[in-house]
Amino acid sequence: MAEPLLRLRGITKRFPGVVANDGVDLEVYPGEVLALLGENGAGKSTLISILYGLYRPDEGEILLGGQPVHITSPRHALELGIGLVPQHPLLVGRHTVAENLALGVGARLFPAQRIVPLIEKIAGAYGLHVDPKAHIHTLSPGEKQRVEIVRSLLGGARILILDEPTSVLTPQEAEALFTVMRELRTAGKSLIFISHKLEEVLGISDRITVLRRGKVVGGLPARDATKASLAELMVGRNVSFERKRKVPKLGGVLLAVQGLRAKSARGLDALRDVSFQLRAGEILGVAGVAGNGQSELVEVLSGLRKTSGGTVTLDGRPISANPAQLFGAGVAHIPEDRIGMGTVPSMTVAENLALREYDRAPFAQGLLTVPRQLDANAKSKVQEYAVATPSIHTPSRLLSGGNIQKVILARELSGVPKLILAVHPTYGLDIGATEQVHRVLLEKTYQGASVLLVSEDLEEILSLSDQVAVLYHGELKGPFPVESVTHESLGLLMTGGAA
Amino acid sequence: MDSQEILAALVRSVAFGTPILLAALGEIIAERSGVVNLGVEGMMAVGALAAFSTTQTTGNPVLGVLIGIVAGCLAGLLHAFVSVTLRANQFVSGLALSMLGLGIAGLLGKRYEGQPLVASLPEGVFSVLAIVLAIVIWLVFYLTRAGLTLRSVGENPAAADVLGINVVRVRYLAVGLGGMFAGLAGAFLAVSYRSSWTEGMTNQLGWIAVALTIFVAWEPIRAIFGAFFFGLLYYLAFALQNSGIPSMFLQALPYALVIIVLALVALRRRQGAAPEALGIPYQRGQR
Amino acid sequence: MNQPIPRTQRSAFGLKLEYDPNPSRGRVALVFALAIVAAFLAASLIFWAYGVSPVSAYTTLLGDTLGNKYGLAEVLRRAIPLILIGAGLTLALRGQFFNIGAEGQMAIGATAAAGVALFVPLPAPLTLPVMFLAGFLAGGLYALIAAWLKARLGVNEILSTLMLNYIAVYLVLYLVQGPWRGKSLFGFAFTDTFPPQAQLATLPGTLVHWPTLIIGVVLAVLFQVLLTRTTLGYGIRVVGENPKAAQYAGINIGRVVLLVALCSGGAAGLAGVGEVASIHKKLLDPSQITLGYGFTALIVAYLSRGNPILSILTAFLMAVIFAGGDGMKLAYQMPFRVVDVFSGLILLFIIASEPLANYRLRRKGG
Repeated sequence: MAEPLLRLRGITKRFPGVVANDGVDLEVYPGEVLALLGENGAGKSTLISILYGLYRPDEGEILLGGQPVHITSPRHALELGIGLVPQHPLLVGRHTVAENLALGVGARLFPAQRIVPLIEKIAGAYGLHVDPKAHIHTLSPGEKQRVEIVRSLLGGARILILDEPTSVLTPQEAEALFTVMRELRTAGKSLIFISHKLEEVLGISDRITVLRRGKVVGGLPARDATKASLAELMVGRNVSFERKRKVPKLGGVLLAVQGLRAKSARGLDALRDVSFQLRAGEILGVAGVAGNGQSELVEVLSGLRKTSGGTVTLDGRPISANPAQLFGAGVAHIPEDRIGMGTVPSMTVAENLALREYDRAPFAQGLLTVPRQLDANAKSKVQEYAVATPSIHTPSRLLSGGNIQKVILARELSGVPKLILAVHPTYGLDIGATEQVHRVLLEKTYQGASVLLVSEDLEEILSLSDQVAVLYHGELKGPFPVESVTHESLGLLMTGGAA
Repeated sequence: MDSQEILAALVRSVAFGTPILLAALGEIIAERSGVVNLGVEGMMAVGALAAFSTTQTTGNPVLGVLIGIVAGCLAGLLHAFVSVTLRANQFVSGLALSMLGLGIAGLLGKRYEGQPLVASLPEGVFSVLAIVLAIVIWLVFYLTRAGLTLRSVGENPAAADVLGINVVRVRYLAVGLGGMFAGLAGAFLAVSYRSSWTEGMTNQLGWIAVALTIFVAWEPIRAIFGAFFFGLLYYLAFALQNSGIPSMFLQALPYALVIIVLALVALRRRQGAAPEALGIPYQRGQR
Repeated sequence: MNQPIPRTQRSAFGLKLEYDPNPSRGRVALVFALAIVAAFLAASLIFWAYGVSPVSAYTTLLGDTLGNKYGLAEVLRRAIPLILIGAGLTLALRGQFFNIGAEGQMAIGATAAAGVALFVPLPAPLTLPVMFLAGFLAGGLYALIAAWLKARLGVNEILSTLMLNYIAVYLVLYLVQGPWRGKSLFGFAFTDTFPPQAQLATLPGTLVHWPTLIIGVVLAVLFQVLLTRTTLGYGIRVVGENPKAAQYAGINIGRVVLLVALCSGGAAGLAGVGEVASIHKKLLDPSQITLGYGFTALIVAYLSRGNPILSILTAFLMAVIFAGGDGMKLAYQMPFRVVDVFSGLILLFIIASEPLANYRLRRKGG
């Protein structure tokens, strides 16, 4: 092979209490796809941030075409030919594609108008279809990603970093992205592909580098790698892809949803004629690309959203649109947005643990709260769920993400919940916390609770659920017994294809 | 009413509406960059004082207007420092600026109380200038790189930041420019609209301008019509003084109308037109 | 990115600035005290521009207030409405209701009390209690207009409460110049003087209407208890800190906004009752009743940092400035606007210094 285009030598980056990157070496050659593989917290994001000029490394050097460079800002990175396609597109939703792409680089007069031919030229050259006049908020996640790719190419990028690009895409959209990536590779561009999805990594990349706890633990050509060997490198031990689920003992029907309709916050039809049943002790996994009605379904079931048609019964009784009442009836809700919805960051751990029942005995006597009871409750739950907190009177904003999730679990699940709504319950958590969440959820089902698990992680859904359903454009496909579905069949359903 | 009376009424409405338009244009610029400035009333007061005192000392009202603009700009930059650099609550900072500006103008303007102005400027010049400025701002917003940058910073500062745009600088410029417009509005009151110094001559027009900004959905062209509509109201309150309707009700009308207008706007679009990042201090690494 | 965002650490002269997300109360108090000193220094510049030496200005300010018995009584008198309104606004701020309309609520409260005093025949001992009750309800209901618009339609309450101030002014002016104008006083825009049973006692030789003071202190304590020891207060805090979490927990956000608006508007109404029942003994031009207390109380509330009970203390600080402003008005022919200069500067310096409380200096390696 030729000289590497980009070479990192001994890159180290420390944050208070963590070494995020520890002597990382990396080479990228022209015209190849290098996959950067690692778990959440393995140091991928930090490494990208360094390459993109957001962080300065504490040690080590970056060589570009053999010359050492100090990347000082994202703009500087792009001037050097390094472009980033971020995981969450950084675009102005209300502006057009052309306006977004003209930002910072357009002409003084008529910037948006004059950049259109350039966009069309790039788009034509690499098969990236984007409408320059479309408004960003009307685009799908895949289209937004293409806008970001066009931006990097407009800036003259030779190296493209794609940060978990498939996390927001359906398998079919991801396939379209891979086609573009292959085009770009053929045109001599280098691509750094970040992912934790092993199959994709094996499918698209030429070489694979694995990060674990900030260190490079392996680098190998993709043709020499297998799923199992990569997983072992990532996690540091043998990983079984076995199902974690024991054969459950199912009771009668707990939740019956019939012909459910609901509108989204913007007034559009979000759920169209959704019907399913959930039996006591059962886990129903709901897969789907974000924005296909998952949020609205959970909101209806937790009492946060009114229905506009159909019936929902819990234990045979229709549910109300009142979250407090539903919690009392046994509906626990582990929300997607832990900090923004599940906790009050400035309130103490003890107060957060009482968020659901603060106005009921034993936490309240009449109108008065009973601090003694809040504290006693907090002490026992912090211990039971191993929440790492300096004190029960610490504001919850000072806790780590995993510990905040434990506070929520402790609050939602410590009683005898009948129905647990778990939305992305392990997103962004480390392995230990993830395992604890899975264990608790499974245990609760063995005690008779039902779980509605909404997740974008098909591995998680397939390893925990008894039944699997897919939401697409507000319509529910399924539920199907877990044995009868595969990654591929779910992927097809997620894009509206026939089962 | 014959055609001459109607014309006279229109001329008065335009004159009443001119300071509102100028101040609202400034607020539109600031808010389009993502910074709410509730200090318009204070900036106007400071601009009025600077313009009046300069005119009295030098006899040159044009110089007075320029100094008024500079004073408004400095007041705006104070808000920018507190709310952009120190990332303090924009609403509270603006309120404090309003109090401070009114306080300073009241205190330092005391010596001019009741003094007639030595030289004034015609109202029409300001009205035409305000309309031209509104059109220019619209053109800059939608047809130039500067306008695109400003709007993007107000919508998604993180996106602009990554592209190498200095969010802090853009916001300083926008808030400073907004202050200049408020200063100009105050200067108009001091050296053209009124002929002598009276304490509190800004008469809550700054607050009307803040409300107008929301009402016209941050669009400079619409602000022209909105401002002259409020001008018409003020004119009516003035013209109907002897009509038998208690004058207090007429005087309260513009304020009641602000509330009604805000409620109507809220009913129709639930603040959907506001710049996305309005009121949120920008800090790198937080989204 | 999943790592916590690293905070910048700057260092110089062997000292380093460290970020502390959870500063102690002592440090916050120290930073606030420094901010107030800085505000006074900045105000010196403005006095100097006015042509008064800052030293003599501050001598007047402090001498006329803390220097003698009469001055202290003036401070106490000014503190009464500030405690009431300040405690209410502190509560309102906790529920994220930015009530800039205390001036109007105070005027409307005073009007309701005047209505009771002048036109409602009541047994003498009941008159004052009914006046206070009417004042509380009127002020509270007036605030509810803005609260309802916010809760129902999302109308920004800063603008609506502010506009309601001006509407209240014209409403009261209409009453005192029209239907309620006194029969005994020709040519003045006053109502008749209140009957004796509607006049509030003051400490002898002063304008300190002590019953209102007691009501203020009790109310501040009650608001503190409400906020920290009751389920309603828990709800207010959740709504104020994280409205989404409030929805999630099934707390009715609209009701909380209405509750804090009612409480703070009511407290302002009580302040209005106290002023007209003791000092003026009649209803008059509302700007002479409210005098800007409603705006100054915003600073009282801001300094109280969410604790209504603390507004008893912080009200005294602003009362010194308020009473001192009177002294300066007399001594230097200053307009009463001088109080606004202080209010604006103190508020600016406090919010500017707030983030500083999150940093502390440490010796390197320490």
